[in-house]
Amino acid sequence: MRFMVIVKSTPEAEKEGALPDPQLLLEMGKYNEELSKAGVLLALDGLHPSSKGARVKFSGKSRTVVDGPFTEAKELIAGFSILQVKSLEEAIEWVKRGPNCSPGGDYEVEIRQIFEMEDFAPVLSEEQIQHKVAKRAALPNQTANK
Amino acid sequence: MSATDPHHATHRTIEAVWRIESARVIAGLTRLTRDVGLAEDLAQEALVAALEQWPQSGVPDNPAAWLTATAKRRAIDLFRRNAVAERKYEVLARELEALEQTSPDLDSTLDNPISDDLLRLVFIACHPILPTESRAALTLRLLGGLTTDEIARAFLTPESTIAQRIVRAKRTLADKRIPFEVPRGPELAARLSSVLEVIYLIFNEGYSATAGDDLMRPTLCEDALRLGRILAELTPAEPEVHGLVALMEIQASRTRARVTSTGEPVLLFDQNRAQWDQLLIHRGLTAIERAHKTNTTRGPYLLQAEIAACHARARTPSETDWPRIVILYTELAQLIPSPVIELNRAVAVSMAHGPHAGLTLVDALASEPSLARYHLLPSVRADLLYKLGRHPEARTEFERAAALTRNTRERDLLLTRAASCEADPTNPQEK
Repeated sequence: MRFMVIVKSTPEAEKEGALPDPQLLLEMGKYNEELSKAGVLLALDGLHPSSKGARVKFSGKSRTVVDGPFTEAKELIAGFSILQVKSLEEAIEWVKRGPNCSPGGDYEVEIRQIFEMEDFAPVLSEEQIQHKVAKRAALPNQTANK
Repeated sequence: MSATDPHHATHRTIEAVWRIESARVIAGLTRLTRDVGLAEDLAQEALVAALEQWPQSGVPDNPAAWLTATAKRRAIDLFRRNAVAERKYEVLARELEALEQTSPDLDSTLDNPISDDLLRLVFIACHPILPTESRAALTLRLLGGLTTDEIARAFLTPESTIAQRIVRAKRTLADKRIPFEVPRGPELAARLSSVLEVIYLIFNEGYSATAGDDLMRPTLCEDALRLGRILAELTPAEPEVHGLVALMEIQASRTRARVTSTGEPVLLFDQNRAQWDQLLIHRGLTAIERAHKTNTTRGPYLLQAEIAACHARARTPSETDWPRIVILYTELAQLIPSPVIELNRAVAVSMAHGPHAGLTLVDALASEPSLARYHLLPSVRADLLYKLGRHPEARTEFERAAALTRNTRERDLLLTRAASCEADPTNPQEK
């Protein structure tokens, strides 16, 4: 299953032309390499400050554009990654290992599951699965180890 | 459930930690104990200890180090007990103890050459001395961190059978004294191809899952991809590893489009390409580029990946670069001569150069004994004959294909096409 790891912003990250501390970049790089080596990191991107962005507000048939910057840094998104892991707990474990992107500062990382095809697929009952297992076990190529 | 039951929540966390750390822990322990079976047993014992202790004590800050330290302590105890009977255990126990005293930070001791150990573990789990199905089970168990029950459900096989396979595999590795090492020289290519075969087998097992199967089955694709991606980082200079990863990424990109909502298969050309996962396609294309950077000849996995990439790049079936696919199939057929590949090449040729050119190649396969009962041969031939306007012949071939296929939906489709041959009175080229 896949999770989007949403890194929330901080007032520093929202500053125009803000560049991360080189030491921090190094640590982040090492961490991301670890995720890659473990085969769990599918994608990763950082976002410019909200001053370079816009919002489109939907209301019935009308669309209103609001240009950035936006206030409430902790509600904004500074970056995201997509992890492919076995469970929410595994995603949490990986996220906890990451460096603090805002030394001394507080911010949040939100972990959300991405919809997959299986979420819509019908699921067999335990009985049907057992039936399939029994049928499969009876196939000749399953006895190769005997 | 987890919110109201802290005990259950800790178990889920321990499972996650196990998933992340088990391969590295087992790999490190195998180097120390020189016995992969024993290493896994010790790691499992450490896991059991964690399941007993962590719900009360809380999850330690460095869970991998905790698991390794616990497993090592058990190893020392075990070797001490066995030392009376055999000298080699005494030596091992002393070595382990010395290691523990000189380096209090157990994790870093194990972590340093960890990628080497991990790669050794990959090679030993996929050792050609083991039957293929045992290699797959052992790989999922040792490197994927799956339980025997999960492997059994994924392969639709009774748990006792999988457990037996794993026990026998470990015993074989011990009895034959298979060394814990990365093969070198000419042996490397053969051993690597065994590893790739196992990973692709796991992937295909997941890919062949159908609607309603146990959900462990489709996740085999993710397990295989994860193993492939790990291997690609461990052996970045091996083009076939990147080739296999690319092939799997691109095939996985079609997961959403390849079956209907009721679970019926959809052919490549009928798939809604908007449903293809562009992220996985991008990853697949990147993996192909990495393979090209190693600057060696193309192997079978890379060639198949490049064929898959031709389809992935085409926004519509008509945009497919068929001449390139012909070249790739020709190269593939030279590497692994196979009538099935020849048949695929014939289809590509027909798309690139017209049905007549394709039919000549298909006709050359008519006497191939291994294709005698292969429904796709008459099915492809029928399609080409139909395109050439030779409808009565096409009808016979469609019917022959329908009689050979075991898939009822496919049979219906073939019979419908057979019937359409008769219904069409125009027959432009019939004389």
